[in-house]
Amino acid sequence: MLDATTKEIKERTSGGVINPAKTCQPIGAMYAALGIHGCLPHSHGSQGCCSFHRMHLTRHFRDPIMASTSSFTEGASVFGGGANLKTAIKTIFQVYNPDLIAVHTTCLTETIGDDIPNLIKTAEIPEGKKVIHTNTPSYVGSHVTGFSNMTRSMVNYFSEATTSLKKEQVNIIPGFVNPGDMREIKRIAKLMKAPFIMFPDTSGVVDSPMTGEFQMFPKGGTTQAELTDAGNSKLTIALGRFASSDAAEQLDKKCKVPTATLKTPIGIKATDDLVMALRQAFVTEVPYELEEERGQLVDIMTDTHFHFHGKKVAIFGDPDIVTGMTELVMSLGMKPVHILTGTPGGAPGSTVGSFGEDIKELVGMAGIDANIKAAGDLFTLHQWIKNEPVDLLIGNTYGKFIARAEDIPFVRVGFPVLDRSVHSYMPIVGYRGAMRLVEMISGALLDRQDRDAADEDFELVM
Amino acid sequence: MSQTLAIDERQDFITTKGRQKAHLKCDADSIAGCVSQRACVYCGARVVLNPITDAIHLVHGPIGCSAYTWDIRGSLTSGEDLFRNSFSTDLREQDVIFGGEKKLTAAIDQLAVKYHPKLIFVYSTCIVGVIGDDLEAVAKAASKKYGIEVVPVQSSGFIGNKSAGYKAACDALFRLIEPENRAKVGKTKSINYLGDFNLAGEAWIIKEYFRQMGVKVNVVLTGDSSYDQLKKVTQASLNIMQCAGSMNYFAGRMQETYGIPYMQVSFLGLEDTADSLRRVAAAVGDAETIRRTEELIARELEVTAPIIEGYKKKLAGKKAAVYVGGGFKAISLIKQFRELGIEVVMIGTQTGRKEEYDTINDLASEGTVILDDANPAELEKFMAVQQADLLVGGVKERPLAYKLGKAFIDHNHDRKHPLSGYVGAVNFAKEVYTTVCSPVWKYVRPGGVTHE
Repeated sequence: MLDATTKEIKERTSGGVINPAKTCQPIGAMYAALGIHGCLPHSHGSQGCCSFHRMHLTRHFRDPIMASTSSFTEGASVFGGGANLKTAIKTIFQVYNPDLIAVHTTCLTETIGDDIPNLIKTAEIPEGKKVIHTNTPSYVGSHVTGFSNMTRSMVNYFSEATTSLKKEQVNIIPGFVNPGDMREIKRIAKLMKAPFIMFPDTSGVVDSPMTGEFQMFPKGGTTQAELTDAGNSKLTIALGRFASSDAAEQLDKKCKVPTATLKTPIGIKATDDLVMALRQAFVTEVPYELEEERGQLVDIMTDTHFHFHGKKVAIFGDPDIVTGMTELVMSLGMKPVHILTGTPGGAPGSTVGSFGEDIKELVGMAGIDANIKAAGDLFTLHQWIKNEPVDLLIGNTYGKFIARAEDIPFVRVGFPVLDRSVHSYMPIVGYRGAMRLVEMISGALLDRQDRDAADEDFELVM
Repeated sequence: MSQTLAIDERQDFITTKGRQKAHLKCDADSIAGCVSQRACVYCGARVVLNPITDAIHLVHGPIGCSAYTWDIRGSLTSGEDLFRNSFSTDLREQDVIFGGEKKLTAAIDQLAVKYHPKLIFVYSTCIVGVIGDDLEAVAKAASKKYGIEVVPVQSSGFIGNKSAGYKAACDALFRLIEPENRAKVGKTKSINYLGDFNLAGEAWIIKEYFRQMGVKVNVVLTGDSSYDQLKKVTQASLNIMQCAGSMNYFAGRMQETYGIPYMQVSFLGLEDTADSLRRVAAAVGDAETIRRTEELIARELEVTAPIIEGYKKKLAGKKAAVYVGGGFKAISLIKQFRELGIEVVMIGTQTGRKEEYDTINDLASEGTVILDDANPAELEKFMAVQQADLLVGGVKERPLAYKLGKAFIDHNHDRKHPLSGYVGAVNFAKEVYTTVCSPVWKYVRPGGVTHE
């Protein structure tokens, strides 16, 4: 596999991509919308988009993913998709009866310029039901951008400041992470006795239990009332700048809810930051249970540090996750030498920050001179690895081609993971998530050491 | 959920065998707002062409279309693996405004120099259809510049459904196979095997049968095929076709243009496999071929029939629901399930054709529900009403079946072993047994009540 990847790196000027490290906006919007209770995501475009997104999400979560489509035809593309969207809205409420529909656009409908807000206004919407929308042009940003846009639209459509004094509650925007991560973040907030509203919240939706019945709208998801009440919270914690800060800024603008933007809480330091932010906001003591977990994590890190020290790592995936993973491997004494995301990095000084600058600063603190790239692809990552080999590759399923070609231990983290199961139920965030990552990483490294060991070096105790 | 089926426009697409001669509506556009299991034109075109191993499959559009189809087909290769990469022009906002032709040209330049392919497919996506890039012109210029074939595939997503994509792929293929030397057309006593994509190596199994029968296989389309092979497609004297949904149009055009006839075959299940092998032997072989074919069938049956019989004892009386892409598979599956003592109680396809639905209707038992372009709510309803024990489907149907506590078989891209021929029939029986008789179903508590 990948035999044609050359070691010699020539600048590619075409702007084309070979083996992407990102996908398009609408799938992110669809995933975010699944995090609203009773919501049917709706893809305004051709049938294929919706089908591809459902297929991809289904493979990752191994749960039914429900979403409808405007099923564009040639006529709709010429005369506009207004009629399709109106028919769709009518059909959806008649047939599937969700509490609300969350419409996202596609490259097609963005380009022909369908005016979604106006179409929604003139559509037949039953009493008590709601239709929201977000614009997700596939030719801008990535799936993370789509997630961010839909999350911001939740604020636009719902959040209101109705109380004169802000309530003693915090909004937590978890970012594009698995339901297992969302559950872990909620657990930490509960332990901190911080009343919170998490949105979007896909736990209980895409990790729903087996009951022998199919629930089109499972129990989970942030309720519309919670989304509205988010405008009354005294603080928003946005976890992950790329996926979450836009919605938080919008809450600040619209409802005067101040924002704390933190890293996705992967690893000890980022989790500490989350815990401290909650402690500061609610003047609570950190409960022993969390202190104990943190202590256990440090214990594990000290027990295993010699396995990790100086090992070179390549990390790719979504920017918020990659940032967290970079910090985590550094805390173990590893050297992240190649760090890449497919998502465009954002300009320095913009609200989402610059991926390149952020990572450079992070690795610079340990004196590491790493290859760093936003809007990159896996062809580039592979070439980097050919020039400077690594001991470990961390990323989503697509990394397996490189891992095989270069015979590198591989730890699957992020989205999508299509070839392993259970991952979406288990956290990588928080102290417990960090413990799990340490186990995964050391397992991968030691399995490799065992595999490669000569008989005389094959050890029982490692 | 069952009341949620109250969608009048869908009534014509669903029928029950028995009441009267049924006329099922099919091959129509989906209703806007439905949770359709169907894909788009690009998807249809890509799955047909993707197994061509030494081609660069360049997707001209934003990243998604390319990302979602990266190495999803599960078609095996005995040669190049260029087709397992994902190439995209990754169109950005300025390209949409100013046009993407320059970027496409640059991308082809780069790929031609980097990989030296003989063949590049350039797939058009929704947005390209709207902004109006001239794929033909770009492809023509690039072909000339590099002395390779650059073939545009007109697969903008909105011009129809997946079937339109099959047609777009067939049009591209048809351009490719144009022979340099017309004198050779139809002159080799050999067959092309159309509509096998070598998922899990299935085409290899069937080719081996033909080798033993003494039937020469010219080219398989498109499983494990290459540019050079495609160039000799027109030399065959007969086309046999398995997946008619995707290749019927191509076979028809070959007959029309090159006078090469075609016949429908299916290698799913013992009955259809034997029947297809015999018909091919009769069509292109002599007495010796027919003798060898009978020998092969007897030899294979001797091994596999007892195994199938063993599974039948464990599975008899179970009920199956089938929801697959095309009609041929649905037809074969009814027979194949009967070989296992299992009745098909619900059957549907995404893009089956009218003739196929007629055959399905003839084959199905009384009371079987037949449906076209079903949505999850319908699948759920009829699986429950018909008391199916397992569902045969694709990626999106799997978790749905599991949530209902039903067993499941992937008969699509995610299959992990061959389901064709005799070995495939055994694999299929084993897989049905594995999933239907797994201990995990015992732990399902209706309504999610776990402790009482």
